[in-house]
Amino acid sequence: MVAIAHREAPPRRPGRPAPGLVMAGLALLLAVAAGVGLFQGAAETSVRAALWGEGASLRDHVIVWDIRLPRLVLGALVGAALAVSGALMQGLFRNPLADPGLVGVGAGAGLGAVLAIVLGGLLPPAVLAVAGVWTVPLAAFAGGWITTLVLYRVATRGGRTSMATMLLAGIAIAALAGALTGVMIYLADDRQLRDLTFWGLGSLAGANWAKVQAGAPLMLAVLLAAPVLARGLNGLALGEAAAHHMGIPVERVKSATILLVAAATGAAVAVSGGIGFVGIVVPHLLRLVMGPDHRGLLPAAALLGAAVLILADTLARILVAPAELPIGIVTAVLGAPVFLWILLRRRALLEV
Amino acid sequence: MRGPVVRGAAVLRGLALAVGLASVTVTATAAASEPASGPASESAMRVLSIGGAVTEIVYALGAGDRLVGRDTTSVFPPQAAALPDVGYIRRLSPEGVLSLGPELILAEEGAGPAEAVEAIEAASTPFVIIPDDPSPAGVLRKIDAVAAALDMPEAGAALSARVEAEIAAARAAVTAGQSRGQSEGIGPRRAIFLLSTAGGRLMAAGSDSSAERMLELAGARNALTGFSGYKQVSDEALIAAAPEVVVMMAGDSTPTPEALFAMPALAASPAAASRALVVMDGLALLGFGPRIGQAIRDLNAALYPAEG
Repeated sequence: MVAIAHREAPPRRPGRPAPGLVMAGLALLLAVAAGVGLFQGAAETSVRAALWGEGASLRDHVIVWDIRLPRLVLGALVGAALAVSGALMQGLFRNPLADPGLVGVGAGAGLGAVLAIVLGGLLPPAVLAVAGVWTVPLAAFAGGWITTLVLYRVATRGGRTSMATMLLAGIAIAALAGALTGVMIYLADDRQLRDLTFWGLGSLAGANWAKVQAGAPLMLAVLLAAPVLARGLNGLALGEAAAHHMGIPVERVKSATILLVAAATGAAVAVSGGIGFVGIVVPHLLRLVMGPDHRGLLPAAALLGAAVLILADTLARILVAPAELPIGIVTAVLGAPVFLWILLRRRALLEV
Repeated sequence: MRGPVVRGAAVLRGLALAVGLASVTVTATAAASEPASGPASESAMRVLSIGGAVTEIVYALGAGDRLVGRDTTSVFPPQAAALPDVGYIRRLSPEGVLSLGPELILAEEGAGPAEAVEAIEAASTPFVIIPDDPSPAGVLRKIDAVAAALDMPEAGAALSARVEAEIAAARAAVTAGQSRGQSEGIGPRRAIFLLSTAGGRLMAAGSDSSAERMLELAGARNALTGFSGYKQVSDEALIAAAPEVVVMMAGDSTPTPEALFAMPALAASPAAASRALVVMDGLALLGFGPRIGQAIRDLNAALYPAEG
């Protein structure tokens, strides 16, 4: 049986570390990143005293418990969600350039956020009183989710989802969302314009426990559910027809992947703005190191994505202290050269 | 010829300034401007000032030595630049702010984001919001609020009285010039304020902008109406506006009169005929801070050179 043969671990290439070793290394990296993120910051803080409640000052307590910790947790979740979403999308589209933006989440969420920033003031006061500071994240999430559902409907016919249609329709919808965003940018006053710019670059600066509570359930659920799809995505790598003959429920895998990605990315974008790059580079780095098998790739992407985003956020917080950089700048400036370097060194191993 | 990057940066800086200053809404202020934790400590010696006009007022009150930090829009007086910069007024980093150990934070209305302010207040650092209303009365209110927060009532009253007198004197000169003009049958001059001219795209001030308020205070009329705030305007709208004077902020990307009036949108304007380009310091012109009297006087003199 082909399916049984497929279930066996693919032969390991010489020079590739064992998946267990990679996973342990990544877990260690994540732990180190979390430690660095917790203990490093603009303010001199006695973190240990604040953590164990041994007579720390109120200021230290606030810095550790209300600023650094929620930010750490949110950074880990967002990084993991973006990296896993990226890996899922690249597997689904069998295209190394695919990223979560392809299902329209990015454009839709961006449009939602821009609408809320510019037109939020026009909402009835009763709605504003309930939504409050949540107006922008809620609008971003709704925007991303609605765009994805529309795209999914457009691309699905007679129970079959066409990836090519989805890709092309995604481009059209992104252009439309971009145009509407442009209209909003024109209408915006200067203060809103600055908010828009910063939102587009992404930041974890507004992290607090309320945001963690709002974003964590969705992102955690997707992180836990993603590995279930690993075998299906491995099959899809051989082509839809081959996967079907291997007994993989192709349509179910496709729709589940799309909806998971939309949920995770929508939640991530809503709480942290647009953070690019992690979704593309983290999965590729891992493929270069451990190969394209999604069973190892998806959990590894979660670990590395979390570690990378925590480290990037730590740098964003301390580089220009007491001010801070938008995190998107840090991920791109540091990540792009590293990625290029690895690409050049291990070009022969690049495959999706 | 400057590269596009330099120009872009200058435009951003201009925007930052305009944004910090352009607010016309005074809604949520009434509640928000009450100091959060009662009267700010009487001898707060470590003060963080956020907002260009607020920082100017702190220095004008003689309390500059109590400052431990500032925001990006605080660029005057020059010694303010030596203070640690906590970033842009709308993007404060809570930990960065707390790292300076401030005992009192003075923030111009609009400082944020809200989550950062919440975290800062959770650390029981008084966060006083200074109302920002681009008008002469608004400047005096700003001074009173800053002086009250710093517990310097005498210095505050003195500065307030001085600024009020300067505004009154400047306004008297403006009205005198206006009535002189009226007797000769000349109305107020038609002026426009250009925020930037980068890449040949002209970004100008419309109604309800702080630049329009300043033009009016200095005895001119904004020739561009029909939109609010600062927007990119079409060449044809500018030709139709036919400005007699162009006002800009001083900066790296400010064009020379030759370059400016060579642009098609302005080449045929009355301003081009007389090479009437007025360049002024941005914070003094649009900051609605303690230098407003002098700014009105300077702008008026530049607008009406014959009478100046």
